[in-house]
Amino acid sequence: MSKPNVDEEIPIPPPVESEFPLSPAQVGMATFLCSEAAFFSTLVVAYLIYLGEDQTGPTPAESLSLTRAVINSAFLLGSSGTIMLAMNARKAKSLNGFSVWMFGTITLGVLFLVGTAYEWEELIYQDGLTIGRNLFGTTFYTLIGFHAFHVTLGLVLLTVITFLERAGRLSAKSEATELVSWYWHFVDAVWIVIFGVVYWMGT
Amino acid sequence: MSTTTIDSHTQAAADEMTVGHFLSTYVFSKDHKVIGIQFLFSTLIWFVVGGMLALGIRWQLAWPWSDMPIIGGMLFPEQGGQIAPEFYTVLVTMHATVMIFLVIIPILAGAFGNFLIPLMIGADDMAFPTLNMLSYWFMWPAFFFFGGAFFCDGHGAAAGWTSYPPLSDMTTSAPSSGAAQTLWLLGVTTVGVSSMLGSVNYMTTIIQMRAPGMTMFRLPLTIWAMFITALLQAFALPVLTAAGFMMLADRLIGTGFFLPEGLVVNNSPMAAGGGQPLLWQHLFWFYSHPAVYIMILPAMGMVSDILACFSRKPIFGYKPMVYSICGIAGLGFIVWGHHMFVSGMNPGLGMTFMVATMMIALPSAVKTFNWLGTVYGGKVQFTTPMLFALSFVSMFVIGGLSGIFMAATPVDIVIHDTYFIVAHFHYVLFAGTAMAVFGSIYFWFPKMFGRMMNETAGKIHFALTFIFLNGTFFTMHILGVGGFPRRLADPYHYPTFSHLLTMNQFMTVCAICMVAVQIIFAVNFFYSLFWGPKAGRNPWRANGLEWQAPSPPGHGNFDFQPIVYRGPYEYGSPETEEDFYPQTMPPKQDRDNLA
Repeated sequence: MSKPNVDEEIPIPPPVESEFPLSPAQVGMATFLCSEAAFFSTLVVAYLIYLGEDQTGPTPAESLSLTRAVINSAFLLGSSGTIMLAMNARKAKSLNGFSVWMFGTITLGVLFLVGTAYEWEELIYQDGLTIGRNLFGTTFYTLIGFHAFHVTLGLVLLTVITFLERAGRLSAKSEATELVSWYWHFVDAVWIVIFGVVYWMGT
Repeated sequence: MSTTTIDSHTQAAADEMTVGHFLSTYVFSKDHKVIGIQFLFSTLIWFVVGGMLALGIRWQLAWPWSDMPIIGGMLFPEQGGQIAPEFYTVLVTMHATVMIFLVIIPILAGAFGNFLIPLMIGADDMAFPTLNMLSYWFMWPAFFFFGGAFFCDGHGAAAGWTSYPPLSDMTTSAPSSGAAQTLWLLGVTTVGVSSMLGSVNYMTTIIQMRAPGMTMFRLPLTIWAMFITALLQAFALPVLTAAGFMMLADRLIGTGFFLPEGLVVNNSPMAAGGGQPLLWQHLFWFYSHPAVYIMILPAMGMVSDILACFSRKPIFGYKPMVYSICGIAGLGFIVWGHHMFVSGMNPGLGMTFMVATMMIALPSAVKTFNWLGTVYGGKVQFTTPMLFALSFVSMFVIGGLSGIFMAATPVDIVIHDTYFIVAHFHYVLFAGTAMAVFGSIYFWFPKMFGRMMNETAGKIHFALTFIFLNGTFFTMHILGVGGFPRRLADPYHYPTFSHLLTMNQFMTVCAICMVAVQIIFAVNFFYSLFWGPKAGRNPWRANGLEWQAPSPPGHGNFDFQPIVYRGPYEYGSPETEEDFYPQTMPPKQDRDNLA
């Protein structure tokens, strides 16, 4: 180790082009999403630790409706499908196809938020479950609330990106649209975990 | 890459002399070097603030309840120049908060990470320059939140830098529990956002922007350390951010994450409850233990570079050094429970955490022996950066060994919350990281500003700091074994500790001298900034890519496309006159062909 390499042992320089399969923007988005995953894991852990620890109701079984959750999930999971179709249309250079599927995605996302709003209204006014009522309320509203906030942010991004694409403001090489779709799939994946942990386990 | 560089040069020339140009070059700059220097200056200013808070603590411990000379009357007119008991806890809390969140983490990742990463990997800038600028400007809300806390009721947050609930979780539990504590939480959250933006950028830059030929195992250890640090930040910090939101919700909208059942405060029962204060400890330390490595790994990397350069020898065991950085970081995620041995956790779990913690000694020892192996037999040049780097190694041994005491649960139960702990982390953070930071400033100052710092003043600064820091912090071990408690405004209230007063006075004198000798550094820094002798491209005859760029590097960093042919530590070669091979030097047959 202590003797430096002599000249002849040094290999010829490796290839100039990086062979890493992802672009810089994709790596950036991927690390950001991993970081977000750690954030949601913390909220899920807090929910699980306090599950069943409450002295007073209402409990998840008393207040949550699996049917409503399934309908809501259908909206969000469906929107993951439509955004995939939109990306395919974009790849096929069909701006109208892209716009239609993006519109579908945004509509499904809005429907999901409306569904959540209905659910919360029922929980608050019929079951009396507020965020300060018990541990279930505390952890439930924090987890669902942060997820809904991410959905809202995603909807804003989807709308902006659709307008930008239609106005031709994005170059052909721009990865922004694809990265927004990554984000949307991530929000969807978080929902699958929430559905399992909160609704399926709870009811 | 080269065309954009030329474009931005001409663009810069065209924009010169306008106000907009000034703002975009020096204030809202997207250039990684300017952002790094902005981080450096901001953190050095906060370093002064944190040091003053420390002197406040030391004053109270040496001369309890006596009037502080000169400034006491201005600061505490209500108490006739004395420190109030409540304000002592503010001092302890804010000293730690400022030093950790506003000095050490941002100076390592923000200042040196920003400045060095693109230069050392041969890139013209970060992968996302705008995001980089935002990561600096997200520090400013944090500056205002932490600074503003001093002007709220109670004059600052006072729940300790760990902010354990229930004390920190209720707005009415102490004079500082109101707005000051809320601002503290907001400050921690914004620092978190800034670090997260920074670390996404660092990881992407290191993975994607390396110059041709710069393979992962040709990266300088500084860059490896920055890379692993960015990983730690990206995956541990969101946990603290989430916990911070939970605590904010507890305080502001009445949730019950961390409030236990049946709590009675000021004779009135709390409405919310049922939660576990212990959950905060778990979440907090799940971040804050990896944060300990965020605060030392970059320093280790920079010290490795300095040691190899001034020993004129290759680093001993490059790959084991890389793997030990990864090992320390990996283990760092599974040892957080050793901060909670006395919290009443399951003893079986405590055992697991104890064994995992002990295992960290292995990669740390690999690094220490490799540093010694690097220096051993080298043609050692005792320059100022080298002196600081050598003191890092020796002080890290003391800090590391005292860490093993605490890793053992039975010992920790006795010394928990005594000055032994304070001694340990000051040896790691001040005698370790801060000394490495000083050394790195002396080492990379020529690259940052194009001028050399004064060597004589640097050596005097080093010698005095080294003496006084040991006078201040080594004695803490003795206090700690004597049972002297942390965070009490007046431990002498207990007769057991009254004989320790003289030792505390000695420490305070050392601490005051230690702060005073930093004036030498400040004068040297600012004098050299304007009047220091001009440094060439490579004043230390070092191998790294950054030394091939002009000093200071212009926009776009390199005036040629760097191509890397070899590792970063090929020093001491008998074959070349210069005794080192810069990373850009092609192999012999290629050189012959060119000739």
